[in-house]
Amino acid sequence: MALTQPSLLARGNPLADSSAQRRILNTSRCKPFEDRLLESGLAPLAATGITVFQINVGKLCNQTCRHCHVDAGPDRKEIMDRETAELCIRALAATDIPTVDITGGASELNPNFRWLVERACALGRHVMDRCNLSVLLLPSQADLAEFLAAHRVEVVASLPYFRAAQTDAQRGDGVYEKSIRALQQLNALGYGREGSELVLNLVHNPVGAFLPPKQDAIEAQFRRELMLQHGIQFNYLYTITNMPISRFLEFLVDTGNFERYMERLVNAFNPAATSGVMCRYTLSVGWDGTLYDCDFNQMLDLPVANGVPRHIRDFDPAKLHHRRIVTANHCYGCTAGAGSSCGGAVTP
Amino acid sequence: MDTYYHSHDLGRFAEMGKGNKDLWEKFSSYYGAVFTAGALTEREKSLIALAVAHAVQCPYCIDAYSQTCLEKGSTVEEMTEAVHVTCAIRGGASLVHGVQMRNVVEKMSM
Repeated sequence: MALTQPSLLARGNPLADSSAQRRILNTSRCKPFEDRLLESGLAPLAATGITVFQINVGKLCNQTCRHCHVDAGPDRKEIMDRETAELCIRALAATDIPTVDITGGASELNPNFRWLVERACALGRHVMDRCNLSVLLLPSQADLAEFLAAHRVEVVASLPYFRAAQTDAQRGDGVYEKSIRALQQLNALGYGREGSELVLNLVHNPVGAFLPPKQDAIEAQFRRELMLQHGIQFNYLYTITNMPISRFLEFLVDTGNFERYMERLVNAFNPAATSGVMCRYTLSVGWDGTLYDCDFNQMLDLPVANGVPRHIRDFDPAKLHHRRIVTANHCYGCTAGAGSSCGGAVTP
Repeated sequence: MDTYYHSHDLGRFAEMGKGNKDLWEKFSSYYGAVFTAGALTEREKSLIALAVAHAVQCPYCIDAYSQTCLEKGSTVEEMTEAVHVTCAIRGGASLVHGVQMRNVVEKMSM
């Protein structure tokens, strides 16, 4: 039986407040991240441009995964409205940023999701949808897979493991079985099939307080097992380290794993991974239009800083392209081991 | 209550280099090479290490290789089977000495 619970907000948990999370992260015994950057000659960390325009369309989700860094769930009402979505498209149109990465929550449940996809495609941009898979089986989303295929949207699907016990422990009872059905639905449309242009990538998060395996090793296991058990194909698998924030932070604190996990991240600090972290080439837009260096900073309410515009209505690529990145101790999550980003491991 | 084992001592392992730097560096280099993927994968080697850790009953090694096995993508089911391999070999090693017992008994008995 999985131990998923409602969102932190719904439970009135103090960690629903990002300042409480930041306080815990700051009191960790680990060396401050900024000091570690200085020691490694990597400070200040700065953007190298914007090649990924990531839009978080809100916290509404049909699942309440135990590790969720968004504290998303069915109870969350914060979603991007049409006016803000239009500002995103206007900003995109003023640039040649090639990739639009749409995330949530379950981004597809936002009534403006399909509009955003259509407009971004019309601008000739490559669109990625970070999909929890089970959303494809909701009656209201019966035509979603066909919509994604018709617009050549790259699907980046969460599947922590190729077995039900681990997947359901993280994402909720029955989620593995639904995920498999959704993957089969996508495969049937050509997603992930050899020779097809429809790209289906999987995301693996560790089911607990430890680092992910080497990406190529676990990808080979997934490929073998999913084919053997379910006849499922996919393109690539990305490993993503669990960030010590939000509901995963709650898990770490409640189970007495927080300091050990932080120590693991700090000891695995990898300067090479730091050079390639996603905040250096990504701009993250929140559901209300606020701009961030990444989706994790977004959840900690750490917007872009150092004199650059903070809202999509004031979007100014010249100022944002080489902005200084806002960092804190949670950033150790992206710099540990092979590194971690929305596109998986940063180094081989 | 005091104890001979402290979990934080695992992180102090490298202090063994203070007594003899040369031997420590040779050991570290060999250790690293052993666990690099070769004919066996890193995941397989970690499962062997976990089994051996239980055979030598080293709490530091059990702690370290439980985490390492998870980080190499092993499941608790695979790790449990590895520990059963330890158990079978240790148990079997005791039991097979029963043949010696039988040899003695046979020699002394009418």
